[in-house]
Amino acid sequence: MSGISRRRFLAASVAGCAATTLAGPRKALASGTFSGYPDGMGVLVDLTRCVGCRSCEAACNKEQKLPAPDRPFDDMSVFDETFHDGKQKRRPDENAYTVVNRYNPEGGAPVYRKVQCNHCNEPACLSSCFVNAYTKTEEGAVVYNSKVCVGCRTCMVACPFHVPAYSYSSSLDPVIKKCIFCYDTRLKNGLPPACVDICPQEALTFGKRKDLIKIGHQRIETHPGRYVARLYGEKELGGTSWMYLAPVAFDQVGFDPTPGNEPIINNVKDFLGTVPMVLAIWPAMFTGFHLLAKKQKGHDDHEHDAEQQQGEDGGEQ
Amino acid sequence: MSAKQTLTTLIMALALIAVGTIAAAGDVPEQVSLDTMAKLFNGVEFDHAMHTDLGEDCSACHHHTTGTGTSNERCMGCHAGSDEATTVRCSGCHVAEPFSAKHINRDASNRYQFHIDMPGLKAAYHWNCVGCHEQMDGPTGCQDCHTRTTAGDDFYQINVVHAEAAGRGGH
Repeated sequence: MSGISRRRFLAASVAGCAATTLAGPRKALASGTFSGYPDGMGVLVDLTRCVGCRSCEAACNKEQKLPAPDRPFDDMSVFDETFHDGKQKRRPDENAYTVVNRYNPEGGAPVYRKVQCNHCNEPACLSSCFVNAYTKTEEGAVVYNSKVCVGCRTCMVACPFHVPAYSYSSSLDPVIKKCIFCYDTRLKNGLPPACVDICPQEALTFGKRKDLIKIGHQRIETHPGRYVARLYGEKELGGTSWMYLAPVAFDQVGFDPTPGNEPIINNVKDFLGTVPMVLAIWPAMFTGFHLLAKKQKGHDDHEHDAEQQQGEDGGEQ
Repeated sequence: MSAKQTLTTLIMALALIAVGTIAAAGDVPEQVSLDTMAKLFNGVEFDHAMHTDLGEDCSACHHHTTGTGTSNERCMGCHAGSDEATTVRCSGCHVAEPFSAKHINRDASNRYQFHIDMPGLKAAYHWNCVGCHEQMDGPTGCQDCHTRTTAGDDFYQINVVHAEAAGRGGH
Protein backbone atom coordinates (compact mmCIF):
# COMPACT_ATOMS: atom_id res chain seq x y z
CA MET A 1 0.00 0.00 0.00
CA SER A 2 1.40 3.41 -0.97
CA GLY A 3 1.74 6.35 1.45
CA ILE A 4 -1.62 7.93 0.52
CA SER A 5 -4.90 6.30 1.40
CA ARG A 6 -7.87 6.24 -0.90
CA ARG A 7 -9.85 8.38 1.52
CA ARG A 8 -7.15 11.00 1.77
CA PHE A 9 -6.71 11.11 -1.98
CA LEU A 10 -10.43 11.63 -2.60
CA ALA A 11 -10.65 14.29 0.09
CA ALA A 12 -7.71 16.14 -1.40
CA SER A 13 -9.18 15.90 -4.90
CA VAL A 14 -12.54 17.31 -3.84
CA ALA A 15 -10.90 20.10 -1.86
CA GLY A 16 -8.67 20.98 -4.79
CA CYS A 17 -11.57 21.10 -7.22
CA ALA A 18 -13.65 23.22 -4.87
CA ALA A 19 -10.81 25.67 -4.35
CA THR A 20 -10.19 26.05 -8.07
CA THR A 21 -13.87 26.44 -8.86
CA LEU A 22 -14.38 29.09 -6.22
CA ALA A 23 -11.22 30.99 -7.03
CA GLY A 24 -11.68 30.74 -10.80
CA PRO A 25 -14.49 33.23 -11.47
CA ARG A 26 -13.12 35.84 -9.09
CA LYS A 27 -9.79 35.77 -10.81
CA ALA A 28 -11.37 35.88 -14.26
CA LEU A 29 -13.47 38.90 -13.38
CA ALA A 30 -10.53 40.80 -11.95
CA SER A 31 -8.33 40.08 -14.94
CA GLY A 32 -10.91 41.05 -17.56
CA THR A 33 -12.50 44.29 -16.46
CA PHE A 34 -11.48 47.05 -18.86
CA SER A 35 -13.05 50.47 -18.84
CA GLY A 36 -11.30 51.81 -21.91
CA TYR A 37 -7.99 53.50 -22.63
CA PRO A 38 -7.53 56.62 -20.48
CA ASP A 39 -7.15 58.99 -23.41
CA GLY A 40 -9.43 57.10 -25.79
CA MET A 41 -11.53 59.28 -28.05
CA GLY A 42 -15.26 59.09 -28.54
CA VAL A 43 -18.25 60.81 -30.05
CA LEU A 44 -21.26 62.16 -28.21
CA VAL A 45 -24.33 61.92 -30.45
CA ASP A 46 -27.02 64.42 -29.49
CA LEU A 47 -30.28 63.32 -31.07
CA THR A 48 -31.92 66.63 -30.18
CA ARG A 49 -29.56 68.40 -32.58
CA CYS A 50 -29.75 66.08 -35.59
CA VAL A 51 -31.93 67.38 -38.42
CA GLY A 52 -31.62 64.31 -40.63
CA CYS A 53 -29.66 65.93 -43.47
CA ARG A 54 -27.69 62.73 -44.17
CA SER A 55 -24.46 64.66 -44.73
CA CYS A 56 -22.69 62.19 -42.41
CA GLU A 57 -23.72 59.35 -44.70
CA ALA A 58 -22.33 61.21 -47.71
CA ALA A 59 -19.09 62.04 -45.90
CA CYS A 60 -18.65 58.42 -44.81
CA ASN A 61 -19.24 57.21 -48.35
CA LYS A 62 -16.56 59.54 -49.68
CA GLU A 63 -14.02 59.02 -46.92
CA GLN A 64 -14.27 55.22 -46.99
CA LYS A 65 -14.48 55.11 -50.80
CA LEU A 66 -17.71 53.14 -50.70
CA PRO A 67 -19.78 52.32 -53.80
CA ALA A 68 -22.34 54.79 -55.10
CA PRO A 69 -25.53 54.71 -53.03
CA ASP A 70 -28.93 53.48 -54.20
CA ARG A 71 -30.33 56.96 -53.86
CA PRO A 72 -28.63 60.37 -53.64
CA PHE A 73 -27.69 61.50 -50.15
CA ASP A 74 -30.11 64.42 -50.35
CA ASP A 75 -33.02 62.05 -50.96
CA MET A 76 -35.02 61.94 -47.72
CA SER A 77 -37.36 59.21 -48.94
CA VAL A 78 -34.92 56.67 -47.51
CA PHE A 79 -36.40 57.42 -44.10
CA ASP A 80 -39.56 55.64 -45.23
CA GLU A 81 -37.68 52.46 -46.14
CA THR A 82 -38.43 49.52 -43.87
CA PHE A 83 -37.65 45.84 -43.99
CA HIS A 84 -39.11 42.67 -42.46
CA ASP A 85 -42.73 43.84 -42.60
CA GLY A 86 -41.93 47.28 -41.30
CA LYS A 87 -40.18 46.06 -38.17
CA GLN A 88 -36.68 46.91 -39.28
CA LYS A 89 -35.36 50.30 -40.32
CA ARG A 90 -32.23 50.76 -42.39
CA ARG A 91 -29.04 49.22 -41.03
CA PRO A 92 -25.38 49.72 -41.89
CA ASP A 93 -24.20 47.33 -44.58
CA GLU A 94 -21.18 46.70 -46.77
CA ASN A 95 -22.00 49.78 -48.84
CA ALA A 96 -22.81 52.14 -45.98
CA TYR A 97 -21.00 52.07 -42.65
CA THR A 98 -23.47 54.54 -41.20
CA VAL A 99 -27.13 55.31 -41.79
CA VAL A 100 -29.55 57.83 -40.31
CA ASN A 101 -33.08 56.73 -39.43
CA ARG A 102 -36.12 58.79 -38.59
CA TYR A 103 -38.40 58.01 -35.68
CA ASN A 104 -41.73 59.58 -34.84
CA PRO A 105 -42.16 59.43 -31.06
CA GLU A 106 -45.70 59.82 -29.79
CA GLY A 107 -46.80 63.43 -29.71
CA GLY A 108 -43.41 64.84 -30.61
CA ALA A 109 -41.32 66.09 -33.47
CA PRO A 110 -39.40 63.54 -35.56
CA VAL A 111 -36.14 62.34 -34.03
CA TYR A 112 -33.23 61.27 -36.17
CA ARG A 113 -30.76 58.65 -35.06
CA LYS A 114 -27.42 57.90 -36.66
CA VAL A 115 -26.38 54.25 -36.58
CA GLN A 116 -22.79 53.04 -36.81
CA CYS A 117 -20.32 51.00 -34.78
CA ASN A 118 -20.33 52.21 -31.17
CA HIS A 119 -16.71 51.15 -30.60
CA CYS A 120 -17.22 49.31 -27.30
CA ASN A 121 -14.64 49.38 -24.54
CA GLU A 122 -14.86 45.60 -24.43
CA PRO A 123 -16.09 44.70 -27.91
CA ALA A 124 -18.08 41.50 -28.29
CA CYS A 125 -16.90 41.23 -31.89
CA LEU A 126 -13.30 41.22 -30.71
CA SER A 127 -14.03 38.64 -28.01
CA SER A 128 -15.78 36.34 -30.44
CA CYS A 129 -13.22 36.50 -33.25
CA PHE A 130 -11.19 33.31 -33.30
CA VAL A 131 -8.61 34.62 -35.77
CA ASN A 132 -8.05 37.76 -33.70
CA ALA A 133 -8.90 40.06 -36.59
CA TYR A 134 -10.22 42.80 -34.30
CA THR A 135 -8.24 45.38 -32.32
CA LYS A 136 -9.40 48.02 -29.86
CA THR A 137 -6.86 50.78 -30.50
CA GLU A 138 -5.72 53.13 -27.77
CA GLU A 139 -7.43 55.97 -29.66
CA GLY A 140 -10.70 54.17 -29.02
CA ALA A 141 -11.48 52.68 -32.42
CA VAL A 142 -12.46 49.06 -32.94
CA VAL A 143 -10.73 48.15 -36.17
CA TYR A 144 -10.27 44.86 -37.99
CA ASN A 145 -7.81 43.26 -40.30
CA SER A 146 -9.75 42.02 -43.28
CA LYS A 147 -6.69 40.11 -44.47
CA VAL A 148 -7.06 37.59 -41.66
CA CYS A 149 -10.87 37.64 -41.55
CA VAL A 150 -12.11 34.25 -42.69
CA GLY A 151 -15.69 35.42 -43.06
CA CYS A 152 -17.15 33.23 -40.32
CA ARG A 153 -19.59 35.96 -39.27
CA THR A 154 -19.39 35.10 -35.57
CA CYS A 155 -18.89 38.80 -34.77
CA MET A 156 -22.16 39.60 -36.52
CA VAL A 157 -23.93 37.30 -34.07
CA ALA A 158 -21.92 38.55 -31.09
CA CYS A 159 -22.43 42.28 -31.62
CA PRO A 160 -25.23 43.55 -29.36
CA PHE A 161 -25.83 46.45 -31.76
CA HIS A 162 -26.00 44.32 -34.95
CA VAL A 163 -23.34 46.45 -36.59
CA PRO A 164 -20.79 44.29 -38.44
CA ALA A 165 -22.02 43.70 -41.99
CA TYR A 166 -20.94 41.11 -44.50
CA SER A 167 -19.80 41.58 -48.06
CA TYR A 168 -22.37 39.14 -49.42
CA SER A 169 -21.75 40.60 -52.87
CA SER A 170 -18.27 39.08 -52.95
CA SER A 171 -18.46 35.41 -53.87
CA LEU A 172 -14.72 34.77 -53.66
CA ASP A 173 -13.54 36.71 -50.64
CA PRO A 174 -16.44 37.80 -48.46
CA VAL A 175 -15.34 39.62 -45.33
CA ILE A 176 -16.77 41.73 -42.54
CA LYS A 177 -17.35 45.43 -43.17
CA LYS A 178 -18.04 48.09 -40.56
CA CYS A 179 -17.29 51.60 -39.36
CA ILE A 180 -13.70 51.93 -38.15
CA PHE A 181 -14.00 55.46 -36.70
CA CYS A 182 -12.03 56.62 -39.81
CA TYR A 183 -9.04 55.21 -37.98
CA ASP A 184 -6.64 54.81 -40.91
CA THR A 185 -7.21 58.16 -42.54
CA ARG A 186 -8.17 60.42 -39.66
CA LEU A 187 -8.38 59.23 -36.08
CA LYS A 188 -4.79 58.07 -35.78
CA ASN A 189 -3.70 61.46 -37.13
CA GLY A 190 -5.68 63.28 -34.46
CA LEU A 191 -8.55 64.22 -36.77
CA PRO A 192 -12.24 63.67 -36.07
CA PRO A 193 -14.06 61.15 -38.27
CA ALA A 194 -15.52 62.45 -41.53
CA CYS A 195 -19.11 62.31 -40.28
CA VAL A 196 -18.29 64.55 -37.30
CA ASP A 197 -16.41 66.97 -39.52
CA ILE A 198 -19.29 67.47 -41.94
CA CYS A 199 -22.16 67.65 -39.44
CA PRO A 200 -23.71 71.14 -39.79
CA GLN A 201 -25.44 70.94 -36.44
CA GLU A 202 -22.66 69.60 -34.25
CA ALA A 203 -25.01 66.76 -33.41
CA LEU A 204 -21.77 64.79 -33.21
CA THR A 205 -19.24 65.99 -30.64
CA PHE A 206 -15.78 64.50 -30.91
CA GLY A 207 -13.47 64.44 -27.91
CA LYS A 208 -11.85 62.37 -25.21
CA ARG A 209 -14.38 59.89 -23.93
CA LYS A 210 -13.84 60.97 -20.34
CA ASP A 211 -14.56 64.61 -21.32
CA LEU A 212 -17.63 63.61 -23.32
CA ILE A 213 -19.09 61.90 -20.25
CA LYS A 214 -18.79 65.18 -18.35
CA ILE A 215 -20.24 67.15 -21.26
CA GLY A 216 -23.13 64.72 -21.60
CA HIS A 217 -24.09 65.02 -17.95
CA GLN A 218 -23.66 68.77 -18.09
CA ARG A 219 -26.09 69.03 -21.00
CA ILE A 220 -28.66 66.93 -19.13
CA GLU A 221 -28.34 69.14 -16.05
CA THR A 222 -28.37 72.41 -17.98
CA HIS A 223 -31.39 71.49 -20.10
CA PRO A 224 -33.55 69.22 -17.95
CA GLY A 225 -36.55 69.50 -20.28
CA ARG A 226 -34.63 68.72 -23.42
CA TYR A 227 -33.19 65.31 -22.58
CA VAL A 228 -34.14 62.14 -20.79
CA ALA A 229 -31.63 61.76 -17.97
CA ARG A 230 -29.55 59.04 -19.50
CA LEU A 231 -26.20 59.05 -21.25
CA TYR A 232 -26.53 55.91 -23.31
CA GLY A 233 -23.20 54.17 -23.70
CA GLU A 234 -21.55 55.53 -20.58
CA LYS A 235 -22.07 52.25 -18.77
CA GLU A 236 -24.13 50.12 -21.14
CA LEU A 237 -22.42 46.85 -22.05
CA GLY A 238 -19.24 47.93 -20.30
CA GLY A 239 -19.22 51.35 -21.95
CA THR A 240 -18.92 52.47 -25.57
CA SER A 241 -16.81 55.16 -27.23
CA TRP A 242 -19.89 56.51 -29.00
CA MET A 243 -22.53 57.73 -26.56
CA TYR A 244 -26.00 59.18 -27.00
CA LEU A 245 -28.34 61.81 -25.59
CA ALA A 246 -32.00 61.66 -26.60
CA PRO A 247 -35.12 63.76 -26.11
CA VAL A 248 -37.33 60.69 -25.56
CA ALA A 249 -36.95 57.27 -23.99
CA PHE A 250 -34.30 55.35 -25.88
CA ASP A 251 -36.60 52.48 -26.85
CA GLN A 252 -38.66 54.98 -28.86
CA VAL A 253 -35.69 55.72 -31.11
CA GLY A 254 -34.57 52.19 -31.81
CA PHE A 255 -32.21 51.51 -28.92
CA ASP A 256 -32.30 48.42 -26.74
CA PRO A 257 -33.33 50.13 -23.48
CA THR A 258 -32.00 47.43 -21.19
CA PRO A 259 -28.77 45.97 -22.57
CA GLY A 260 -27.28 45.73 -19.06
CA ASN A 261 -23.97 47.15 -17.97
CA GLU A 262 -21.95 43.97 -18.32
CA PRO A 263 -19.75 43.59 -21.36
CA ILE A 264 -20.83 40.68 -23.55
CA ILE A 265 -17.66 38.78 -22.73
CA ASN A 266 -18.78 38.48 -19.10
CA ASN A 267 -21.39 35.98 -20.25
CA VAL A 268 -18.65 33.50 -21.07
CA LYS A 269 -15.81 34.68 -18.86
CA ASP A 270 -16.71 32.39 -15.95
CA PHE A 271 -16.93 29.40 -18.22
CA LEU A 272 -13.67 30.25 -19.97
CA GLY A 273 -12.04 30.71 -16.56
CA THR A 274 -12.70 27.05 -15.76
CA VAL A 275 -10.97 25.77 -18.88
CA PRO A 276 -7.42 25.99 -17.47
CA MET A 277 -8.69 24.33 -14.30
CA VAL A 278 -10.13 21.46 -16.29
CA LEU A 279 -6.96 21.07 -18.30
CA ALA A 280 -4.69 21.18 -15.23
CA ILE A 281 -6.68 19.28 -12.61
CA TRP A 282 -8.68 16.71 -14.49
CA PRO A 283 -5.78 14.71 -15.96
CA ALA A 284 -4.15 14.41 -12.55
CA MET A 285 -7.43 13.64 -10.82
CA PHE A 286 -8.55 10.96 -13.22
CA THR A 287 -5.10 9.42 -13.31
CA GLY A 288 -5.40 9.21 -9.53
CA PHE A 289 -8.81 7.58 -9.77
CA HIS A 290 -7.49 5.17 -12.29
CA LEU A 291 -4.50 4.19 -10.14
CA LEU A 292 -6.68 3.78 -7.09
CA ALA A 293 -9.13 1.65 -8.95
CA LYS A 294 -6.30 -0.57 -10.07
CA LYS A 295 -4.92 -0.74 -6.54
CA GLN A 296 -8.31 -1.68 -5.13
CA LYS A 297 -8.63 -4.35 -7.75
CA GLY A 298 -5.34 -5.73 -6.48
CA HIS A 299 -6.66 -5.90 -2.89
CA ASP A 300 -9.87 -7.76 -3.72
CA ASP A 301 -8.58 -10.23 -6.24
CA HIS A 302 -5.60 -11.86 -4.49
CA GLU A 303 -6.32 -15.25 -5.84
CA HIS A 304 -7.03 -14.09 -9.35
CA ASP A 305 -3.75 -12.18 -9.33
CA ALA A 306 -1.94 -15.21 -8.07
CA GLU A 307 -3.45 -17.32 -10.81
CA GLN A 308 -2.60 -14.75 -13.39
CA GLN A 309 0.94 -14.56 -12.03
CA GLN A 310 1.23 -18.32 -12.33
CA GLY A 311 -0.16 -18.21 -15.82
CA GLU A 312 2.34 -15.59 -16.84
CA ASP A 313 5.15 -17.56 -15.24
CA GLY A 314 3.92 -20.60 -17.12
CA GLY A 315 3.91 -18.64 -20.37
CA GLU A 316 7.50 -17.75 -19.93
CA GLN A 317 8.58 -21.33 -19.54
CA MET B 1 -9.73 66.76 -54.54
CA SER B 2 -9.80 64.38 -51.64
CA ALA B 3 -12.57 64.28 -49.06
CA LYS B 4 -10.17 65.56 -46.45
CA GLN B 5 -9.18 68.52 -48.55
CA THR B 6 -12.79 69.26 -49.32
CA LEU B 7 -13.78 69.24 -45.69
CA THR B 8 -10.76 71.24 -44.65
CA THR B 9 -11.54 73.86 -47.23
CA LEU B 10 -15.13 73.92 -46.06
CA ILE B 11 -14.08 74.50 -42.52
CA MET B 12 -11.48 77.10 -43.38
CA ALA B 13 -14.14 78.87 -45.36
CA LEU B 14 -16.50 78.96 -42.38
CA ALA B 15 -13.72 80.25 -40.19
CA LEU B 16 -13.46 83.39 -42.20
CA ILE B 17 -17.16 83.90 -42.60
CA ALA B 18 -17.62 86.76 -40.20
CA VAL B 19 -15.05 88.90 -41.97
CA GLY B 20 -17.90 91.04 -43.22
CA THR B 21 -17.76 94.74 -42.97
CA ILE B 22 -17.62 95.39 -39.26
CA ALA B 23 -15.02 98.12 -39.22
CA ALA B 24 -15.35 100.02 -35.98
CA ALA B 25 -17.46 99.98 -32.85
CA GLY B 26 -20.89 101.39 -33.56
CA ASP B 27 -20.51 100.81 -37.26
CA VAL B 28 -23.29 98.35 -37.98
CA PRO B 29 -22.88 96.59 -41.33
CA GLU B 30 -25.70 96.41 -43.83
CA GLN B 31 -24.52 93.13 -45.27
CA VAL B 32 -22.22 90.40 -43.96
CA SER B 33 -20.68 87.79 -46.25
CA LEU B 34 -20.68 84.42 -44.56
CA ASP B 35 -18.60 82.64 -47.15
CA THR B 36 -15.33 81.52 -45.65
CA MET B 37 -16.38 77.89 -45.20
CA ALA B 38 -18.13 77.78 -48.56
CA LYS B 39 -17.22 74.69 -50.50
CA LEU B 40 -20.15 72.32 -50.82
CA PHE B 41 -22.52 75.25 -50.51
CA ASN B 42 -22.07 78.82 -51.69
CA GLY B 43 -21.57 81.51 -49.09
CA VAL B 44 -24.47 83.36 -47.50
CA GLU B 45 -24.93 87.06 -48.12
CA PHE B 46 -26.40 87.81 -44.73
CA ASP B 47 -28.76 90.79 -44.75
CA HIS B 48 -27.71 92.25 -41.44
CA ALA B 49 -29.79 95.41 -41.85
CA MET B 50 -32.98 93.42 -42.38
CA HIS B 51 -32.28 91.40 -39.25
CA THR B 52 -31.54 94.42 -37.09
CA ASP B 53 -34.82 95.93 -38.33
CA LEU B 54 -36.66 93.03 -36.73
CA GLY B 55 -36.31 94.97 -33.51
CA GLU B 56 -34.68 92.27 -31.42
CA ASP B 57 -31.86 93.17 -29.07
CA CYS B 58 -28.43 92.71 -30.59
CA SER B 59 -27.83 90.17 -27.85
CA ALA B 60 -30.46 87.90 -29.35
CA CYS B 61 -27.68 86.83 -31.69
CA HIS B 62 -24.53 88.38 -30.28
CA HIS B 63 -24.81 87.13 -26.68
CA HIS B 64 -22.82 89.35 -24.34
CA THR B 65 -20.61 90.88 -26.99
CA THR B 66 -22.62 94.07 -27.53
CA GLY B 67 -23.85 96.87 -25.31
CA THR B 68 -27.25 95.37 -24.65
CA GLY B 69 -25.98 92.55 -22.46
CA THR B 70 -26.86 88.90 -22.73
CA SER B 71 -30.33 87.46 -22.56
CA ASN B 72 -29.16 83.85 -22.58
CA GLU B 73 -29.71 82.28 -19.17
CA ARG B 74 -26.75 80.05 -19.64
CA CYS B 75 -24.42 82.98 -20.31
CA MET B 76 -25.96 85.23 -17.66
CA GLY B 77 -24.66 83.07 -14.86
CA CYS B 78 -21.25 84.66 -15.45
CA HIS B 79 -21.84 87.45 -17.97
CA ALA B 80 -24.80 89.38 -16.52
CA GLY B 81 -22.48 92.27 -15.69
CA SER B 82 -19.82 91.71 -18.30
CA ASP B 83 -18.41 94.63 -20.22
CA GLU B 84 -18.92 94.92 -23.93
CA ALA B 85 -16.53 92.61 -25.71
CA THR B 86 -13.92 93.85 -28.13
CA THR B 87 -15.29 91.78 -30.98
CA VAL B 88 -18.81 90.95 -32.00
CA ARG B 89 -17.94 88.57 -34.78
CA CYS B 90 -19.02 84.97 -34.27
CA SER B 91 -15.55 83.63 -35.01
CA GLY B 92 -14.20 85.74 -32.15
CA CYS B 93 -15.32 82.95 -29.82
CA HIS B 94 -16.62 80.08 -31.94
CA VAL B 95 -13.68 78.27 -33.49
CA ALA B 96 -13.81 76.88 -36.99
CA GLU B 97 -12.24 73.57 -35.96
CA PRO B 98 -13.72 72.65 -32.58
CA PHE B 99 -12.52 69.06 -32.89
CA SER B 100 -8.91 69.66 -33.83
CA ALA B 101 -6.37 68.06 -31.53
CA LYS B 102 -5.13 71.55 -30.69
CA HIS B 103 -8.53 72.69 -29.50
CA ILE B 104 -9.40 69.46 -27.69
CA ASN B 105 -6.10 69.58 -25.80
CA ARG B 106 -6.14 73.33 -25.21
CA ASP B 107 -4.97 74.84 -21.97
CA ALA B 108 -7.26 73.97 -19.08
CA SER B 109 -7.34 77.65 -18.05
CA ASN B 110 -9.49 78.33 -21.11
CA ARG B 111 -12.02 75.66 -20.24
CA TYR B 112 -14.62 77.24 -18.02
CA GLN B 113 -17.59 75.20 -17.01
CA PHE B 114 -19.79 76.36 -19.88
CA HIS B 115 -17.13 77.12 -22.44
CA ILE B 116 -16.05 73.49 -22.36
CA ASP B 117 -19.02 72.61 -24.55
CA MET B 118 -19.14 75.72 -26.72
CA PRO B 119 -20.29 75.03 -30.30
CA GLY B 120 -17.90 75.51 -33.19
CA LEU B 121 -18.47 78.21 -35.78
CA LYS B 122 -20.48 76.09 -38.19
CA ALA B 123 -22.87 74.90 -35.47
CA ALA B 124 -23.09 78.41 -33.99
CA TYR B 125 -24.29 79.77 -37.32
CA HIS B 126 -26.78 77.01 -37.93
CA TRP B 127 -28.21 77.01 -34.42
CA ASN B 128 -28.49 80.77 -34.29
CA CYS B 129 -30.11 81.13 -37.70
CA VAL B 130 -32.27 78.01 -37.85
CA GLY B 131 -33.34 78.25 -34.21
CA CYS B 132 -34.84 81.69 -34.86
CA HIS B 133 -36.12 80.85 -38.33
CA GLU B 134 -38.12 77.94 -36.97
CA GLN B 135 -39.85 80.22 -34.49
CA MET B 136 -40.39 83.07 -36.93
CA ASP B 137 -41.17 81.02 -40.03
CA GLY B 138 -37.93 81.98 -41.73
CA PRO B 139 -36.22 79.74 -44.27
CA THR B 140 -34.90 76.46 -42.79
CA GLY B 141 -33.98 74.33 -45.82
CA CYS B 142 -30.29 73.96 -46.64
CA GLN B 143 -30.58 75.61 -50.02
CA ASP B 144 -32.97 78.28 -48.79
CA CYS B 145 -29.91 80.10 -47.45
CA HIS B 146 -27.00 78.74 -49.45
CA THR B 147 -27.22 77.09 -52.83
CA ARG B 148 -25.19 73.97 -53.41
CA THR B 149 -22.04 74.08 -55.48
CA THR B 150 -20.98 71.57 -58.11
CA ALA B 151 -18.68 70.03 -55.52
CA GLY B 152 -21.70 69.76 -53.26
CA ASP B 153 -23.70 68.04 -55.98
CA ASP B 154 -20.91 65.48 -56.33
CA PHE B 155 -20.63 65.06 -52.58
CA TYR B 156 -24.34 64.28 -52.19
CA GLN B 157 -24.19 62.19 -55.40
CA ILE B 158 -27.33 63.77 -56.72
CA ASN B 159 -26.97 62.12 -60.10
CA VAL B 160 -27.44 58.62 -58.72
CA VAL B 161 -30.53 56.97 -60.17
CA HIS B 162 -32.46 54.85 -57.73
CA ALA B 163 -32.16 51.13 -58.48
CA GLU B 164 -35.92 50.53 -58.66
CA ALA B 165 -36.37 53.39 -61.08
CA ALA B 166 -33.60 51.95 -63.22
CA GLY B 167 -35.29 48.53 -63.22
CA ARG B 168 -32.53 46.75 -61.36
CA GLY B 169 -34.73 45.80 -58.44
CA GLY B 170 -34.59 46.94 -54.85
CA HIS B 171 -32.20 46.00 -52.12
